[in-house]
Amino acid sequence: MAFFFNVFVTGLASASSLFLAACGLSLIFGVTRIVNFSHGAFYMLGAYVAFTLTERLAGGFGFWAGVVLASAFVAGLAALVEMTLLRRIYAAHELLQLLLTFGVTLVVEDLVVLIWGPSDLLGRRAPGLKGAFNLFGQLSPTYDLLLMGLGPLTLILLLLLLHRTRWGTLVRAATQDREMVAALGVNQQWLFTSVFALGIFLAAFGGALELPRQAVNHTMDLQIITEVLVVVVIGGLGNILGTFLAAIIVSELNAFGVLIFPKISLVLVFLVMALVLVVRPWGLLGRAETATRGASGLQVLRWRPLQMRERLFVVIGIAIAALLPLVAGDYLLAVASEVLIFMLFAASLHLLVGAGGLVSFGHAAYFGLGAYGAGLALKQFGLSMPAGLVAGPLLGGVGALVFGWFCVRLSGVYFAMLTLAFAQIAWSVAFQWTEVTGGDNGLIGVWPSPWAATAGHFYWLTIALVAASVALLRVILFSPFGYALRALRDNELRAEAIGLSRHVVQWVAFAVAGAFAALAGALYAFLKGSVFPDNLAIPLSIDGLAMILLGGVGTVSGGLVGAAIYKSLSIWVISQTDYSKLVIGLLIVLLVSLFPQGVLGAVAARRDRPLAGEQS
Amino acid sequence: MKILSALYAGVTVAAALIGASGQVSAQETIKIGEINSYSGLPAFTEPYRKGWQLALEEINAAGGVDGKKLEVISKDDAGKPADAVTAANELVAKDGVVMLAGTFFSNIGLAVSDFAKQKKILFLAAEPLTDAITWSKGNRYTFRLRPANYEQAAMLAEEAAKLPAKKWATIAPNYEYGQSAVAVFKKLLSAKRPDIEWVGEQWPPQGKIDAGAVVEAIAKTEPDAILNVTFGPDLVKLVREGNTRGLFKGRAVVSFLTGEPEYLDPLKDEAPEGWIVTGYPWNAVSIPEHAAFLKAYQAKYNDYPRLGSVVGYSTLKAAAAILAKAKSTESEKLVDAAEGISVDTPFGKVTFRRADHQSTLGAFIGKTALKDGKGVVVDVAYRDGAKYLPPEAEAKSLRPQD
Repeated sequence: MAFFFNVFVTGLASASSLFLAACGLSLIFGVTRIVNFSHGAFYMLGAYVAFTLTERLAGGFGFWAGVVLASAFVAGLAALVEMTLLRRIYAAHELLQLLLTFGVTLVVEDLVVLIWGPSDLLGRRAPGLKGAFNLFGQLSPTYDLLLMGLGPLTLILLLLLLHRTRWGTLVRAATQDREMVAALGVNQQWLFTSVFALGIFLAAFGGALELPRQAVNHTMDLQIITEVLVVVVIGGLGNILGTFLAAIIVSELNAFGVLIFPKISLVLVFLVMALVLVVRPWGLLGRAETATRGASGLQVLRWRPLQMRERLFVVIGIAIAALLPLVAGDYLLAVASEVLIFMLFAASLHLLVGAGGLVSFGHAAYFGLGAYGAGLALKQFGLSMPAGLVAGPLLGGVGALVFGWFCVRLSGVYFAMLTLAFAQIAWSVAFQWTEVTGGDNGLIGVWPSPWAATAGHFYWLTIALVAASVALLRVILFSPFGYALRALRDNELRAEAIGLSRHVVQWVAFAVAGAFAALAGALYAFLKGSVFPDNLAIPLSIDGLAMILLGGVGTVSGGLVGAAIYKSLSIWVISQTDYSKLVIGLLIVLLVSLFPQGVLGAVAARRDRPLAGEQS
Repeated sequence: MKILSALYAGVTVAAALIGASGQVSAQETIKIGEINSYSGLPAFTEPYRKGWQLALEEINAAGGVDGKKLEVISKDDAGKPADAVTAANELVAKDGVVMLAGTFFSNIGLAVSDFAKQKKILFLAAEPLTDAITWSKGNRYTFRLRPANYEQAAMLAEEAAKLPAKKWATIAPNYEYGQSAVAVFKKLLSAKRPDIEWVGEQWPPQGKIDAGAVVEAIAKTEPDAILNVTFGPDLVKLVREGNTRGLFKGRAVVSFLTGEPEYLDPLKDEAPEGWIVTGYPWNAVSIPEHAAFLKAYQAKYNDYPRLGSVVGYSTLKAAAAILAKAKSTESEKLVDAAEGISVDTPFGKVTFRRADHQSTLGAFIGKTALKDGKGVVVDVAYRDGAKYLPPEAEAKSLRPQD
């Protein structure tokens, strides 16, 4: 009995530490509606800066001064980032802010290695709290007591701030309806900046508090960001108390879970999130999101199918592209194939995000399922490549059907997070089910049939399949089904009033997008000769979003252009430097700031400047 | 509109073409392609790079191989197997390398090894530890330098069998490396000591250990001894929590990799004491060849070598030795030359076995201790890899029979 109490207490300390890291994100999202992907990066930066400061400032007071100063410094940096970068894109598609914060994350990841070096840094222990206290015969770290106290204290302070101060009232009003707040004359800009700064202060504080518990290292941001996102979503976005409860639930489940089933930690948070979202679609204490009114001045680009002349140009373009093997070597052909594959992946995601308005954070799951389908067809069943190219999309399509049924019951960010949860669950299954998927050692030896084995032949196969798929996707987009999908995106209420079933249409779109992504995945498996759980992982999903955002989510072909640019750029940059993340991050930040509507969107906007023009 | 998109796509691909078009370099150099996770794990790969750069300098100063200078083209793999395959492709197809070397993570090592098999090019895997590279997924073109999981587990199991401990608990990261390290250690130790009981196991996700919960769960099972396979930041968390909660008091601990400077140095004065570890006591190595290496390394870099440095140095020396013996740059001749070749490394002479292409590079076993506020490894002994590998006939049967 005493033992279980000890486990419970340990869980509380972890919960506190998780809550401190997560509450800032909940606050930021609640007000600004930004899914702040850089939250983990600022958490890590807080830890690094606190390390430097605590090493310099001596004594007991020095440690705590160091922690607080570090948090304040990082908060100041964040305010700067918000003022210079984020403010420019508030009017744009809300995903663009996510992409920008993603770029900032990449930059910070390489910067910390550049500034602080590659080794892990062990910080000091908190003075006076180095030892352990005896709880029912078991030793527990004294520092845990401090954490357990700080968590609820921060919660109370935040709740007081939100409910008893004028600023807090404005923040809560903005959480409910930020357009109205602006309309009532509140300086929205300063409100957002202050909220962002406070949120990041809390994140950096959470990171700095980890100094006595772990070594500061450059992977801290990735370790924390998914947990934090999940906890915030489980609790209900924008609800601090919800975040607190979610942190406790997740940490306690983990603390007790490892006693029974030690491997559960890998997937526990996502299982909990999936369960919670299926039962309570807005998180434990969340509220249904009020429909945001479209920001004024948002460009409406009308989509139309290609005219005959444009179709001719497309065919000529593809014919020219097909001539590449005559001039290029094997490596360039492989790069071109990879770019084409990602163009298909982006096009499939565009069906969901651009046409359907359904932001998916877990699209890589279907890409990966396609890759595994192809790989398993070859390795488990001894079939050949054509069978693999059929098995992959089949598996991906089935997966998308199953996951999609649950996901389309939700909307907005919760939909996105549920797709993320399912993607992570798929990833954990691939990671753990070593007998079938090979675990993290993956499946190797997945090479194309001899007739497609040379780089040139495989390139032609890829061009053929990708061109056909993209054409098919366009046909779907401009079919009655596509119009129904867009109608539901633009005005759900009206669309349902005329008899369109949201669940059915969106579910089918999800499955179709999944199937095409899976085809891309199957091709990828044959291109690389191997399949790893990486193909299902979050970074790939985020890359997909980056591609369509860079190209222009409001355009039809934005995904294709964005994929071509993003993929060729990343391949080239990784080949040239060890600091590829820094370069790519800076480029993303630059591109997002310069082209908030995406590259293609900017072109279309410039061309049709006087009026909202047509676009294809 | 589609014209413009096609144009954009064309421009970017063209840019990639222009950017990627390398000049045809002079034929006097032999090019070796090297891939590693420079951005993903700089703590290991930076000393590793210093190691091979030192070796390259020494080889070229002595006239190169067969009168030709060696050139190493090094690429980062961003920590992903797919990008490693892209890098390998670039090195082979565009840069015209005669062999591939490097990689760190096991899954990347496997991906590149399979690529090498497909493209029929020699791949000298430096660091990946999974047994699969030379056994269950081994192929003709892949050779591996570092002692793998099996050998390290065997060395540690030998020491563990000497301990009086009967009840053992294991803590390992939940991925293939951790799983196979524990599996092999259990098998070998139970074979030596059938009386041993395995009372508990914990599998924290790699990089995300909840140290408090893990420590408590293990403490509950009341083991006499603990096997630890975690490393890096996970190890730091485990050590801190474990020490504070008294998990290691009165218990023997056997730990993989902890004695390597890359993992021991960050712990500073909180390094655990008395742990039986594999490691690299760079200032206490009595192997004669090591002294020259140490001197040259310190002279060039003004820093002490890490185990990564030894791996990088030895990898390039092995590559040069293979090229010299083959007197050709054709892959088949290189592979034939590499089988059974003996190479001089800072740890002495090392041979690449014919049967499974695994090198006999060994490891140091010792005990951790604190000295001058830093962790060190004492009571060290070098274990020759050859003694801890299964006999060649058995190893051959573990490989795919084709």
